[in-house]
Order: sequence, then structure tokens, then C-alpha cells
Amino acid sequence: MSSIISISGVTKTYATGFKALKEINLDIERGEIFALLGPNGAGKTTLISIVCGIVNRSSGTVTVDGHDIGRDYRAARSLIGLVPQELTIDAFETVWATVNYSRGLFGKAPNKEFVEKVLRDLSLWEKKDSKAITLSGGMKRRLMIAKALSHEPRVLFLDEPTAGVDVELRQDMWAMVRRLREDGVTIILTTHYIEEAEAMADRVGVINKGEIILVEGKAELMRKLGRKQMNLELRAPLAAVPDGLSHYSLELSDDGNQLTYTYDNQSDRPGVASLIRDLEAAGVQFRDLDTKNSSLEEIFVNLLRQEP
Amino acid sequence: MNLRAAPNFRAIWAIYRVEMARAFRTVLQSIISPVISTSLYFVVFGSAIGSRITEIDGIAYGAFIVPGLMMLSLLTQSISNASFAIYFPKFVGSIYELLSAPVSYLEIIIAYVGGAATKSVMLGLIILATAALFVPLRIEHPFWMIAFLVLTAVTFSLFGFIIGIWAKTFEQLQLVPLLIVTPLTFLGGSFYSIHMLPGIWKTITLFNPVVYLISGFRWSFYGKADVSVGVSLGMTVMFLAICIAIVAWIFKTGYRLRN
Repeated sequence: MSSIISISGVTKTYATGFKALKEINLDIERGEIFALLGPNGAGKTTLISIVCGIVNRSSGTVTVDGHDIGRDYRAARSLIGLVPQELTIDAFETVWATVNYSRGLFGKAPNKEFVEKVLRDLSLWEKKDSKAITLSGGMKRRLMIAKALSHEPRVLFLDEPTAGVDVELRQDMWAMVRRLREDGVTIILTTHYIEEAEAMADRVGVINKGEIILVEGKAELMRKLGRKQMNLELRAPLAAVPDGLSHYSLELSDDGNQLTYTYDNQSDRPGVASLIRDLEAAGVQFRDLDTKNSSLEEIFVNLLRQEP
Repeated sequence: MNLRAAPNFRAIWAIYRVEMARAFRTVLQSIISPVISTSLYFVVFGSAIGSRITEIDGIAYGAFIVPGLMMLSLLTQSISNASFAIYFPKFVGSIYELLSAPVSYLEIIIAYVGGAATKSVMLGLIILATAALFVPLRIEHPFWMIAFLVLTAVTFSLFGFIIGIWAKTFEQLQLVPLLIVTPLTFLGGSFYSIHMLPGIWKTITLFNPVVYLISGFRWSFYGKADVSVGVSLGMTVMFLAICIAIVAWIFKTGYRLRN
């Protein structure tokens, strides 16, 4: 069995009648970094909260490493570390006390060396005797991560990990995620910063209005749904796209200096070579040319746009 | 049963320790302030007014009010300790960690109620020691004294835990202790014997559960009671059972914890 988390037929209807999740089916592979993308209110946090045991599901089953989250909740939950979106810590506890508390809560024997290592890795060691209330926002975020890692989880959920986080912490966090992955920890992060998913994830799931609308390997996704664009910088501005080139999907910039050709890079005949020949025939000269793949962000926006 | 399904004693210990640490962090609020208020009661009721009452049921008035005063603090502190302990994480959101941890509801209860009850019992004993400075005390049934002390602390910590889960605002958190528990305790015979009340009021008072607690507790000190000790014990245990039933329901439905 390669999937570490298996979610099948999970729905969530809140008491208000709001359907937060409609039939979610999702498998998370062991050891991967999975990015769950979606706009605000799409159901990302609800889904995570169900897997972690914070919210009761309305129907469906979830297993973590084969353990049902209902029947066998102890085994399931002890494998999971959660870093929630909000900075919610007991403000009057010291860093050291609260991280050791988390370890105890998850049933792990005290291990000072391990907790020290976690704190050092997160640059929190100097602050170990400070109360949480005295920490800066970034330090509090580090503390939340330390608490989640204190009990050596095999699966780590990061809910919007870099919302409102400075560059240094973001880089530290990504380095940490990579290290954890090397140790075999499975990481699921939700985000609406697409660059994050683009930089980190092995696979991407897109959730919108309580439904998973797509799950793909990041590379395949970008290949399949990505489009390629070729920009040509012209030697002399054009007033309009020449007639002989009208069958290409060309766009002329407002100042007439740049021609953009959008094409499907999966196609057998992307038409790049013929376009260049036809440009020459039409007497259009260019100084420079570059091509770029569309980003995950553009793919994502297009996907959501297609949704009814 | 596999190892993973075994009780999570480490979690109970972790929560319990945090609860106890909070008490020592807020020594002024948890320990010194009840001592001061108890001393004030002695000055006002024991000395000023008590000097005119002299004795009730053959017990010096100052000594007579000691069990009632202990109960007064025990009840209010058990409720406020336990209700705050569970309300606060709910309020700041840090309860996510408790809910996502491999702990059973029973373990959560044991840890929180155990912590709150421990603090209350310690407080009760501190009040007792303070009282001993003012009046001569005797405890005829020490075993039952401790039994009533612990039973009441546990019962009302459990009651406080329920309030803490139910409360959505700080106002609600204060509401039940302020509007129900304090009046019931004052009217429950802390400062008088219910035999001193005129006919109809004596009957009405018997619907006040606190009467049984104080009466039983006072019996363990002086061997004198307003109602029989068996009834006192029965009522206390019944109230405990009701609280346990409510908590069981809360946990079965996830009421206000897991929506």
C-alpha cells in the first residue's frame, strides 16, 4: 500500500446547512509533498481538520497508514503533526514547556535532546525560556511548527504555512520541509500562494467549492494544462498583424513592438517553425525572441474559471 | 488490544502539569485571594456578628461557619478553575492541539478535572489552616471530611468543565457561578443552620443541593447535621452522576468541541 492517507467519500455539512465538502476522494502518497490549492472558503481547512480529528465528518472514511480515524483514532492521530493557519498558542507558557507539553500530549516519552534539536533547527533555542506572548509573529509561527514536530510525526500538515511570513522564515521553512521529506515524512500543505506549490510540491490537488476538481503530478499538470508563449520583439513596429499570418493565434502589443504567439506545447505541430518562416515571408523582422511556460498560477486561474 | 490503543497516560500527565503550573504562576489569584477573603469572612461574621450569636447547635459560631466557608470557596473555585481551563484554549484556539491529539475524552476529563479538583482541595486545606488561626477546630470524622472535600471538588470541577464547554463568551462563563452557585451557597446554610429558618423556608431550602453538601461536611467536623449524612452523601453522588451523564453526552455528540 503506497498511499499513507486515504480519503474516500468524505462529506461535511455544517449545522447551518452549509455544504463545506461534497464527496471528497483523495489519496496521499507516502513520502510526497502534496499541495492542496484552492481559493478562500474552498474547503481546504475543513478537509485537513477532518483528517486531524478536529472536525467531525458527515460521512465517508479516512485512513492514516491504514488506521481508521474514527475506530483507531489513537494510532491515526499519533502519526500526524498539524500546523494550523492561525497563531494559537497558550500565551503564558514558555517555549520549552509548551513544546514538551505537545510531545506528552501525543504520548511520546520525554526526550530533551530531541526537543532541543527541534528548537535549534527552527532557531528557537535562544528563546526557550521566553513566554509565547513575548515572541514576534514569525517566532510564534516557528513555535507552532516546533510543537507539531515535537512528537515526530510521519505526516505533517501545514495549513497556509507562509501566510504573512517574512522571506527568511519562508526559506527556512522550505528548507525544513525538504529535510523532513528526506526523512520520509509526508507533507501536505494548503496554500493560495501558487509559487509555493510550484516550488515545493510533487503533486497538486485543486479544491473549489468543496470539490476536488483535479489531482495531478505538478510536472504533468504544467505540461498538460500549461501553454507556451513565444514573444517576438520586432525591429519595427507593426500597425496590425499581417494578413498572411492571421491563421496563427497572434497578439500584437499596443505599441506594435511585440508579437505574442500562444501555442499548445503538447501538440505534434506547435507551428513555431512555420510561423518563423511565414514571418520572414511577410517581411516581419525581429530582434529577439523568448518562450515561456505558463505558471501554475495561470493554470489554476484558468481551472477555476472553467468551473460553473 | 494493541499497544497504540493503550491509555495515553503521558497526555494526562502533560495536561495535569500545565494546569498545576498555571495555579502556581497565578499564586495571587489562586491561593492568596481566597485566603484573604476567608479571613474577611471571619472578621465580619465570626467576630463582629458572631460575638452576638455565640453558638449554634452547641458549636461556637466562629467554628460553625468554617465548613460552610470551605464549601463556599471549594464550589466557586472548582467551577472557575475547571471552566476557565477548558474555555481558555477554546477561546484562543489552541484547543486544536488537544482535539488532534491521540487522547480519549475520558483522559481529557481526568486531566482537566483532576487538575482543577487538586487545586480546590489544596485551597480547602489552606482555608482550613487559616481558620485554625482564628477559631478552635475539631474534626470528628477526618475520613469523611476528606471524602466530602474530594467528592465535592471533583463534582464541581466536572460541573465547571461543562460550563467551560458550554460557554461561548466570557460573560456566559461567569453567569452560572455568579447567578446560581453563589446564591445557592449563601442560602445553603454556610452561615446558619437551616433549623433557624421559619417553616416554609425550611422546606424550600431542601431543594437547594448545596444544603446537603454543607450539612454533610459540617457533620464530618462536629457530628451535627441539618439533614442526615446518608442523604447528604446520596445527593452529592447524585449530582456527580448527573455531571458525568452530561459530560458523556457532550463527548458523544462533540457538542461545542468538534462541530
